[in-house]
Amino acid sequence: MDEWNFFIHQVVPALNRGLVQSMWLILPSASIGLCLGALVGTLRAYGPLPLRKACDIYATVFRGTPLLVQLFVLYFGLPSIGIYLSPYTAAVLGFILCTGAYQSEYVRGAFLSIRRGQLLATQALGFSSMQSMLWVILPQAMRRALPGCGNEIIYLIKYSSLAYIITFIELTGEGKILAVKYFRYTEVFFAIGLYYLFMVTLANFLLTWLEKKLYIPGFGRG
Amino acid sequence: MTDQTMVLRVENISKRLGGRQILKDVSLELHRGELKVLIGPSGGGKSTLLQCINFLIPPDEGRIWLGEQQIEIHRKQDLYAYRQKVGMIFQDFNLFDHLNALDNVSIALRKVKKIARKDAEERAMRELERVGLGDKTTLYPSQLSGGQKQRVSIARALAMDPEALLLDEPTSALDPELIGEVLGVIRNLAQDGMTMIMATHQLGFIRTLADDILFMQDGQIIEQGSPAELLDAENGSRTQAFCAKLNELSDESET
Amino acid sequence: MMKTLQVLCDSFPYLLGGAGVTAAAVTGAMLLGLLIGVNLAVVQVYCGAWPRRLVGLYVWFFRGVPILVLLFLFYFGLFSVLGINLSTFVAVILVLGMTSGAYQSQIYRGAIQSLPQGQLKAARALGMSDRRAILSIILPQALRLSIPGFSNEYSILLKDSALAYALGTPEIMARTHFVASRTYEHLPLYLMAALLYFALTWIGVKLLRKLEEKVRIPGYSLN
Repeated sequence: MDEWNFFIHQVVPALNRGLVQSMWLILPSASIGLCLGALVGTLRAYGPLPLRKACDIYATVFRGTPLLVQLFVLYFGLPSIGIYLSPYTAAVLGFILCTGAYQSEYVRGAFLSIRRGQLLATQALGFSSMQSMLWVILPQAMRRALPGCGNEIIYLIKYSSLAYIITFIELTGEGKILAVKYFRYTEVFFAIGLYYLFMVTLANFLLTWLEKKLYIPGFGRG
Repeated sequence: MTDQTMVLRVENISKRLGGRQILKDVSLELHRGELKVLIGPSGGGKSTLLQCINFLIPPDEGRIWLGEQQIEIHRKQDLYAYRQKVGMIFQDFNLFDHLNALDNVSIALRKVKKIARKDAEERAMRELERVGLGDKTTLYPSQLSGGQKQRVSIARALAMDPEALLLDEPTSALDPELIGEVLGVIRNLAQDGMTMIMATHQLGFIRTLADDILFMQDGQIIEQGSPAELLDAENGSRTQAFCAKLNELSDESET
Repeated sequence: MMKTLQVLCDSFPYLLGGAGVTAAAVTGAMLLGLLIGVNLAVVQVYCGAWPRRLVGLYVWFFRGVPILVLLFLFYFGLFSVLGINLSTFVAVILVLGMTSGAYQSQIYRGAIQSLPQGQLKAARALGMSDRRAILSIILPQALRLSIPGFSNEYSILLKDSALAYALGTPEIMARTHFVASRTYEHLPLYLMAALLYFALTWIGVKLLRKLEEKVRIPGYSLN
């Protein structure tokens, strides 16, 4: 009974508070990161050469180094050159830059996977470039990119826990404080794990639903 | 069937690609209701010529008229309008992979010609019925056979009311048993008086339906004439020699 | 500027040592993940509904919980509750290995399922037990096909290993942070850490490509 009280009155309220903070990290990072990835991915597929190279380098750097290093550079490193970011700003900025790099990879791959003949056929029918982009290239690329981009958002949900390391107290942070205070690591961290499992499972469910809704024979997984 | 109204005139088209001269000064005239056939060894420039005619590959030099109007490639709107009037059938179909058969045929009507969805779909339905696919409208490209895909792509081109059709080896990517259904559709078009220029090696088809044969080699038209003139075994033309070789090969593969 | 260079030079051997710890931890975790992953994959493809469900639960759990939380849960929680006293280094290998096992199982499962049905039938026709057939016929083929996926997983796990910092394992990040907090040369030091991760990724991917070429059989590659 004591156990039960501890969970209801201590763990759940603290983790709910943390969950809200985590949402404040995840929602802007995922949406802005996706837009950044779409932009960078498009440039990497069709952009003018110097810009394409620059975007390639950005993606290589951010995909090649741990997110933790990126967060440390933003939070501990930038003050060396006089830029001070709050933990929240540093975390969201780091998440956006990192997830954008991964998203750009899926977007680029989706554009490049579209066969040249599709474009030829639109031209032969008299489509303008804008029309063929809008009605043929984008609908196809979107479906090709969806599984990868969706998975990237799911990864971001989990990696949002890194914000705790640069002292932004979200779900993992709230839990850690509680666990240390009451010296109950197993139960509390298991509870945190369940919170993340819930978010990830929900996101996965939404992604599968969306993929089904947009399914067209010849596209999608498998 | 052929009258003397000029539909398409191509004058002195040249094209270099990667340092190689693909087309040298090619000219031709296409009259209403005429079926011209391009024939010749692969790499001879047939496909490039067809793609140059509707500027999918911009020619380096040369001029093109549709009826009385010379096409100015740099005026985008003119180019789009011209392409709507000259249909193209590709070797590998190039159906839009994300659209079902009906939408493949209707999308250009709706998005380019801005026809209302209902009217566009009615028209698309008619064209699909015309190529014998009235019962396949909801299937996607990945669910169609090669022959069916090519027939959808013909319907897609016909729905635009083209003044001429360019066909780039429409049966060469098909399994032998599927060639007949596509040639059947093209035969009907020819008999209905569609103006066409077609690259093909289907000799039986050429013999019975072509009004004119253009033999292309090394980027030039080196022989031109009616099937009766060029395919006569006695006359020693290059076309005849080439076709004899094709015949030999197909005989071998059949036995 | 001079001071920065001085710090970088002085701390380089120390950070390189950290790279060694990172490499050892990731190698250990990849191998543990290989062991777990192969077993899970075989269960998922060939076993009955209940074992498959259990594996599904395992994969769902380890793929759904952040690595940081798993590290805390196991190191501060489960391991000490069970009375197992582990160094952070071993704990990191165990946790990363179990997590990677969940991801790797999906690679191997895909590879096994991509093999033609006839392979297992032919082995059975020769009188092999299923166990023997899987060990001698199926896995040698499936593992070859899995090397690119394995390589990909390596570069992901390498980056995840930076989280061992949170337990105080003396790997790249912990050592970099330690030096930085004493010398106040944060930015150059973290950039150096980034370079070390780049180098480790590059070396690992190169080695795995060598391995792939070495075990290549004509006609064997994805697609």
